[in-house]
Amino acid sequence: MSEFMGVLQRPDFIENLIIHIEYVVLATLFGILIAIPVAVLVHRSDTASTVAINIGNVGRAVPSLAVLVLMFPLFGLGFDSALFALTLLAVPPILINAVVGLRQVSAQILDSAKGMGLSGRQVLTGIQLPIAAPIIFAGIRTSAVLVVASVTLATFIGGGGLGDYIVEGYQRNSSAIALAGAITVGILAIITELGFATLERTFTPKGLRIAQKRGRATK
Amino acid sequence: MLAFLQDFAPEGEQSFIDWEWLGDNFTEDVVPAFLQHIFLCFVSLAIAIVIAVPLGILAARYRWLYPPLTIVTGFFYTIPSFSMFTILLFIVGFSVGVTPAIISLVLYSLLVLIRNVVTGLDSVPPETKDAARGMGLTDRQILWRVELPLALPVIVAGMRIAIVTVIGIAVIGSYIGAGGLGDLIFDGITRDFPTLYVTGAVLATILAVGADLLFVGMERLLSPWSRRAGGAT
Repeated sequence: MSEFMGVLQRPDFIENLIIHIEYVVLATLFGILIAIPVAVLVHRSDTASTVAINIGNVGRAVPSLAVLVLMFPLFGLGFDSALFALTLLAVPPILINAVVGLRQVSAQILDSAKGMGLSGRQVLTGIQLPIAAPIIFAGIRTSAVLVVASVTLATFIGGGGLGDYIVEGYQRNSSAIALAGAITVGILAIITELGFATLERTFTPKGLRIAQKRGRATK
Repeated sequence: MLAFLQDFAPEGEQSFIDWEWLGDNFTEDVVPAFLQHIFLCFVSLAIAIVIAVPLGILAARYRWLYPPLTIVTGFFYTIPSFSMFTILLFIVGFSVGVTPAIISLVLYSLLVLIRNVVTGLDSVPPETKDAARGMGLTDRQILWRVELPLALPVIVAGMRIAIVTVIGIAVIGSYIGAGGLGDLIFDGITRDFPTLYVTGAVLATILAVGADLLFVGMERLLSPWSRRAGGAT
């Protein structure tokens, strides 16, 4: 136990924890910046939406370790290479949910918004995005949790992060070191999950929450 | 197991795929790893289905069961797989091998499967159940002949997410001695032999995407009444 606490207090442990969080924040952010504009572009067309969703589904199927390892011959070892791979992993869940979320806003709502004289841009930012917000946030949450888990594997392409300790623990057969990494990552994943669940609730528009309570779906 | 291949490791920079090596060692190394991967994933999915379907049916009947079930299985689902393996080995005390890997893979599948069983059963319209009861079916008959068949597409959708997740996680399971395609990846990294890890990564991807398509196909076949574009998540 004291050995375990000792690992947690190593200066390089704190450093790797910060790198780990940095990966999660950056990859999720880049994921959002790529996925949401694409979703906004494609959601009006049936064909484009289907293509985007299918690409998203295939992207989600690709194993994290495969994505990371395949970066290696392309970009070599290190932080940038791992960050690129993690961003690729973060895009699909957000993309799928953003497209589905934007598309499920009912035609009547859109018609009445247009009837009130809102421009296309106003309909998008004032009506569609707020109504789709909870679904989009659910996608972001999935991505963030996925990235927290996948960063653990960045160690295999020299990307650092808390996975370093799990691997070190296995190599030196030290449960203290391995568990220091494993448990910290586990806690990080749970914090991410719960934090985003709270955000999701905060970003659900009030009207939508009332409608949900009455059991009226957005469809 | 691959030690005798050491001689084949490339010196210095070469093209990434050594096709000759791949041709020579395909049946000996690549195929068994691929089959082992399929074995691990489908055994885990089968065990998970056997656990999740009864639990889902119970949770659909007795609603109070559902929130605690979701919290516990959600916890398993959230813990990163590499952490889960480590915890199973160093805290629970499993020895390296197939068992801890299969246990983790089963734990990962539970949330999605249970959730989809409950959602699927919920989606059966009450009128349909009433009609079945009116025709004189017992509760058990309604469950087996009406509710489960109607819920099947949603349950299969859950299996699809589960199998794809499991195929991805099983790759990491090789690190704790479960075998499978991860062996090729980890051996390739250790020996700095790209042919090996690129082969492993590409095959794992093909397997996951293939399984995804297989289950999409099953979903479509099972719900001919709702063939429309753009179902997701």
